[in-house]
Amino acid sequence: MEWIRQKLDKFREPFNKGNKFEKYAPAINALDTFLYTPNHTTQKGAHVRDAVDLKRTMITVVLALVPALIFGMWNGGYQYLHQLPEYADGVPFLEAFMHGAWKILPMIAVSYGVGLGIEFAFAIFRGHEVNEGYLVTGLLIPMIMPIDIPLWMVALSVIFAVVIGKEAFGGTGMNILNPALTARAFAFFAYPTYMSGNQVWVSEATTVDGVSGETILGTLASAGKGVAEVPYSVMDMFSGVIPGSIAETSTICVLAGALVLVLTKVGSWRIILSGFVGAAVMALIFNALPNMGIEGNALTNFPWYQHLIIGGLSFGIVFMATDPVSAAQTLRGKWIYGFLIGLFGVMIRVFNPAYPEGIMLAILLMNVFAPVIDHYVIEANINRRKKRAVSVSGQIKTAA
Amino acid sequence: MSKDIRIKRGLTLRLKGEAEKQVLEAPRSKTYAIKPPDFHSVVPKVTLKEGATVLAGDVLFFSKYDEKLTFTSPVSGTLKEIKRAEKRRIIEVIVDADPTDSFKDFGKMDATSSTAEAVKSRVFESGCGAFLNQRPYDIVASPEDTPKAVFISAVSTAPLSADIGFLLKDKIAAFQEGVNALQKLTSGKVHLSVDASSEAILKGITGVELHKVTGPHPAGNVGVQIHKIDPINIGERVWAVGAEDVSIIGNVFLTGQYHPDRTIALSGSEAKENKYYKIKIGANVSDLIGQVSDDVRIISGDVLTGTKLSNNQYIGFYNTSLTLIPEGNKFRMLGWLPFTYNNIHSTSRTSLSWLFPKKKYDLNTNLNGEERALVVTGEMEDVLPMDVYPMQLLKACIAGDIEKMENLGIYEVVPEDFALIDYVNTSKLEAQDIIRLGLDLMITEVG
Repeated sequence: MEWIRQKLDKFREPFNKGNKFEKYAPAINALDTFLYTPNHTTQKGAHVRDAVDLKRTMITVVLALVPALIFGMWNGGYQYLHQLPEYADGVPFLEAFMHGAWKILPMIAVSYGVGLGIEFAFAIFRGHEVNEGYLVTGLLIPMIMPIDIPLWMVALSVIFAVVIGKEAFGGTGMNILNPALTARAFAFFAYPTYMSGNQVWVSEATTVDGVSGETILGTLASAGKGVAEVPYSVMDMFSGVIPGSIAETSTICVLAGALVLVLTKVGSWRIILSGFVGAAVMALIFNALPNMGIEGNALTNFPWYQHLIIGGLSFGIVFMATDPVSAAQTLRGKWIYGFLIGLFGVMIRVFNPAYPEGIMLAILLMNVFAPVIDHYVIEANINRRKKRAVSVSGQIKTAA
Repeated sequence: MSKDIRIKRGLTLRLKGEAEKQVLEAPRSKTYAIKPPDFHSVVPKVTLKEGATVLAGDVLFFSKYDEKLTFTSPVSGTLKEIKRAEKRRIIEVIVDADPTDSFKDFGKMDATSSTAEAVKSRVFESGCGAFLNQRPYDIVASPEDTPKAVFISAVSTAPLSADIGFLLKDKIAAFQEGVNALQKLTSGKVHLSVDASSEAILKGITGVELHKVTGPHPAGNVGVQIHKIDPINIGERVWAVGAEDVSIIGNVFLTGQYHPDRTIALSGSEAKENKYYKIKIGANVSDLIGQVSDDVRIISGDVLTGTKLSNNQYIGFYNTSLTLIPEGNKFRMLGWLPFTYNNIHSTSRTSLSWLFPKKKYDLNTNLNGEERALVVTGEMEDVLPMDVYPMQLLKACIAGDIEKMENLGIYEVVPEDFALIDYVNTSKLEAQDIIRLGLDLMITEVG
């Protein structure tokens, strides 16, 4: 394999320091370090270093996303095909998968192409290395979009998320909002007809008559008072054979991803756990309303455990809330941050049927408040230190 | 009253090439050197001319800002060279050693019955002031200060570091006298922390408050122990002294002579005779291990905090170990793939190395990645057993925000406490370097 290295060294010669294309070195470095972990040795500080780096961390998240993505491709085809009369006897797996893949792969290509293009441009312009964060963001963005969204909207959302959501703040590690959710929020508010309503959540539902594209939350929101019937079993909701954004429907696949994140310690189990607890608490409060003499509506009366497995709640908590850059950074802060995301997620979902996807707004809201949570957690540490100093100087005074 | 200290957060890094518990007499070096860069923030002033003869204990140089702070020759001989770097900064003061040492006579002194003033001036005139490490700031102590306490750590937890109980076993009398002297220097107590190995040797020492320390590295760092025993508040000063250095100080009082004897652990996967060696401070590394190739890194100290040496350079003043590990200047194909290259240790679960907690590793100096923005959170806290927020403190240091650094506890930390953060952090941030720069900023701004 030595010859690959030699070819690569020869190829990158003009990009090395002092040579003609020195300015474009970050671009070539990104490719080089993708193939080979560089031969850099420690120059100061500790002489040995841990095997982990940001590439490895990010790729682990991508791996965790794969089950949900594969399922999303199949479900994307299935939700459409099983409503057609010719598939009344059942939908072949491969056919459903191919239908979904045919829609989703171009979105992923557009997302990576546009996003990485911007990242490379900024890296060259600012003279720093390309950060790996976009490997995850670029996959997340198509996964949380409706399946029929035009590719140019994906591209625009990506541009907004990367330029305004991330690079404007200084790039990876500096952003306040989760970039993938920024992309979704942009599309949601800029093109509401493509991002909400009863028709967009199943492939071709807008074009083919007789195909319904309504999500469970949509059904509940329009049901009004009382208790509503939904045409799906709890098992459907848990396994994810329901309409929704591309890859968020299957709680099982999301939990499989969560397992990867928690076992590899890449995702914070504190945020995931407290997020689900927060959502359950809020849903339980709503469920208890009839006991207090308030009738409630279809959304408040929806069983609490079913709230946890429909919509983007589990996907958001597992893959979006745990983004370490936009989350709270202190251990105690993570508990509070996750809990409030779950709480607000269900609250927005119930109180504002215009935004059935409350979890997106809840996470973005808590992204903004995460630094405040951290501030108070750290303030407690500072006060402890100050108090200690005061008590010591007090003792000296009394002794004198 | 003693307080047991149990450390939970941290990391015991197991490396190949531990030193065998056998002490050999090292051959005497032809040249010895004291290196001013070992004494951070000291501006050296040399009054001797090259070619001057010195006795062991004669002053080689002193601090430009405090003449009482002296640095003395470890051997007798002639001053060979005052080596300077760019901008004429002195980096080595080299002495051509006589075949046998003749000593400057300071006169014997009983520390217990002497006045504090006399003890202090003896410690500083013999060059032993250099062993007193002032916290905050991790610099050489000032002769004008009286610290609120003195801390001695006889606990070794750093990877491949010398077993302190083992190297002190023949030096108990000198150690006790050293403790007696240190007692005179402080207004408070002398704290001695021990682990299972050194407790057996040191439990009879009087005049100290004994603390038993257990747990993974950095439990042996004196900074962590200070934090648990009696944390440093704004405006306070404490001194920390290395365990073997206490016996060197004691020897000055017992014999009237400066005997800077070190027992150094030669370790690491690239070292040949991994044993303990008796040397003098400032010995030439090549006289001990011979010439090594460029594929080997010589580290004066341990792999986390040591300094890199080349052939024919000199072992650091404070270091009690010498570690030889392979250089890592090689490319690794697709090194970022999770669950691959499990022969490289990782605290992250993205490597399978965590499944083998007892395995010993042969690590090289590869950075295993490139420096990136800070993304991953929570990993630094896992290896810093202090009530300090490491990432926030590092950010405050980078920003140079003095008030924030003070609030977040800059006075309680020194670079070595952040060595494991260097090691574990995903973004390959140079944490020790950042803390050092932060401390230097505090010295210039606050003092």
